[in-house]
Amino acid sequence: MIRVKTAIACGVLATVHGLALLANFAAPYSFAAQKREFAFAPPTAVHWIDRHAHFHWRPFVYGSNGEDESRVYPIRFCTRGYSYRFAGLFPLNRHVFGVDAPGVLFLLGTDGFGRDQFSRLLAGSRISLTAGWLAAILSLALGAVLGGISGYHGGLLDDLIMRMSEISLALPWLYLLLAGRAFLPLDAPSSTAYLVLISVVGILGWARPARLVRGLTLSLRERGYVLAARTFGASGGYLLRTHILPDALSVLVTQMALLVPQYIMAEVTLSFLGLGIDEPVPSWGNMLAGVQHYHVLVSSWWMLLPGVPPAVVALCCFTIADSLASRAGAIPL
Amino acid sequence: MIRFALRRAVHAAVLLVVISLCSFSLLQLAPGNYVDAMRLDVSISPDTAAALRARYGLNQSLPARYVRWWGSVLRGEFGVSFAYGMPVGSLLWPRIKNTLLLATIAAVGLWTVGIVLGVGAAITPSRVLEHVVRSFMSVLHSVPDLLIALALLLLAVRTRLFPIGGMTGLTDSASLAANARDLAEHLALPVTALVLIGLPLVVRHVDAAVRDALRSPFIQAARAHGIPRRRILIAYALPAAANPLISLLGYSIGGLLSSSLLVEVIMGWPGLGSLLLESIFSRDVHVVIGATLVSALFLITGNLISDLLLYVADPRLRVKR
Repeated sequence: MIRVKTAIACGVLATVHGLALLANFAAPYSFAAQKREFAFAPPTAVHWIDRHAHFHWRPFVYGSNGEDESRVYPIRFCTRGYSYRFAGLFPLNRHVFGVDAPGVLFLLGTDGFGRDQFSRLLAGSRISLTAGWLAAILSLALGAVLGGISGYHGGLLDDLIMRMSEISLALPWLYLLLAGRAFLPLDAPSSTAYLVLISVVGILGWARPARLVRGLTLSLRERGYVLAARTFGASGGYLLRTHILPDALSVLVTQMALLVPQYIMAEVTLSFLGLGIDEPVPSWGNMLAGVQHYHVLVSSWWMLLPGVPPAVVALCCFTIADSLASRAGAIPL
Repeated sequence: MIRFALRRAVHAAVLLVVISLCSFSLLQLAPGNYVDAMRLDVSISPDTAAALRARYGLNQSLPARYVRWWGSVLRGEFGVSFAYGMPVGSLLWPRIKNTLLLATIAAVGLWTVGIVLGVGAAITPSRVLEHVVRSFMSVLHSVPDLLIALALLLLAVRTRLFPIGGMTGLTDSASLAANARDLAEHLALPVTALVLIGLPLVVRHVDAAVRDALRSPFIQAARAHGIPRRRILIAYALPAAANPLISLLGYSIGGLLSSSLLVEVIMGWPGLGSLLLESIFSRDVHVVIGATLVSALFLITGNLISDLLLYVADPRLRVKR
């Protein structure tokens, strides 16, 4: 049972990442393309059966986002659209699906500028997933190094690092993130702001992995083979690299599976509050920011849909972390 | 006991000073300040800006500003808010009361529901019920906090059961009962959001702790002696399961504060969180530092209380020294 669940979770995660990689190919519109006449348009209804009750093998949509039933636009597959670079390499203008020009196809509705939510969600998944992964790698690397040093050396250095980790754990993480973000000018260009966001989230999260690795190192350094290597005159760096870190790897992988969704949520939260990724580049968080307006929340339910992918990714990651941890025989925090 | 408490309190005070130093230098070193932003406004002359700089001490060196800031902390002012033109202390105080009210009620609700569900999932003979609680909790854990708050807000808008925002505090003109009713109506939504956000972690740990306790040999022995199940659970298993949960209590206060910031912003609750966000946008550094310090104080106090509770609950801690 747990194997089936883990397999499904891995499959879903792979699909989400694949879609993010091929975002341009899978998206019918560019994330920045505006169709002002279709602002806050609800998801387009896709039909197989027309108003004369005839069945069509090829699905179709009605004109004017489903309002004009006199005009019919069949959905075309592998169609031509805006040009982009496929997987960032060679130019292409093919897209998985789309409809001919005056017809529109908004699978998940549009936002206030008439931009296709589905296309933006795909483009945003690149930003959000990358942010989650990079921040997790950063904080794990930082945590592994500091925790390894702290556990291996002990003494004053250990005390210092552990007190520092207590301080950063003693502050509520969101307050700390906001304070860290306040360190930067508000009008920084968005690529800088993105990198800064990732490093702030990653660096502030160093304490938990560091304490974990320290505990592991403390128990590992007393193992027979480590002691043996030390009597042969192995240096501290060598021991950490070849004996201690490889053993700590399984714990680090589990920790990774827990940190990635956590940092994706951090990006979503910060961007939602207006301190993360700036418009017009979409991310899962800043797409949700539109809902802060009362009328949007009340009248356009599809604006809440960008909250679904982070939840799915998190569920998959937690399932994987669970099965990893149950293999190791521990309950993850 | 008193010596233990005192030592922890001194530790906490040192921690607070270090945090104040860190956040102060971090924020003051940040490029741009409140007065700098005025250059954009042509109606403010450079002389006025210079006068403001001198008045707020922005042209002094960092250590001098830190010392000056500590002076105002000792007077209970925590510096001056540039945006409001008043001492940060008097600005923070009503917000602290609101956040504490929200967080306390949410904490009580969270732990009540969490213990009921967690113990229920651990002892229920029905596999289905156990599975339902666990699955629901893992799904709830995965949903972004802000989506939970937004969904609740949407629900409230649709059903018109609860007021949205508009929390102004107590008025003297209304009767006590009317005041209490108004407060309860405004609290219902944010408290529900906070409970739902915090629930998965608490239920999971209560479940695991009770399950662990029930599996230990002394429970088997008690069962072999013929002690009734209910008595085993209440008198033997729960006290044994309490220790890790008391530590979690202190830790969960931090989570509660973080999620309460978000919930406050989304639901328009006039607490510390919404003030902090607003002051970050206007570069009102003293308010940012004040709010961060107060939140750290809450958290440290929470940990202190859970440490003391642990000291009372766990005889092994007392024997050690």
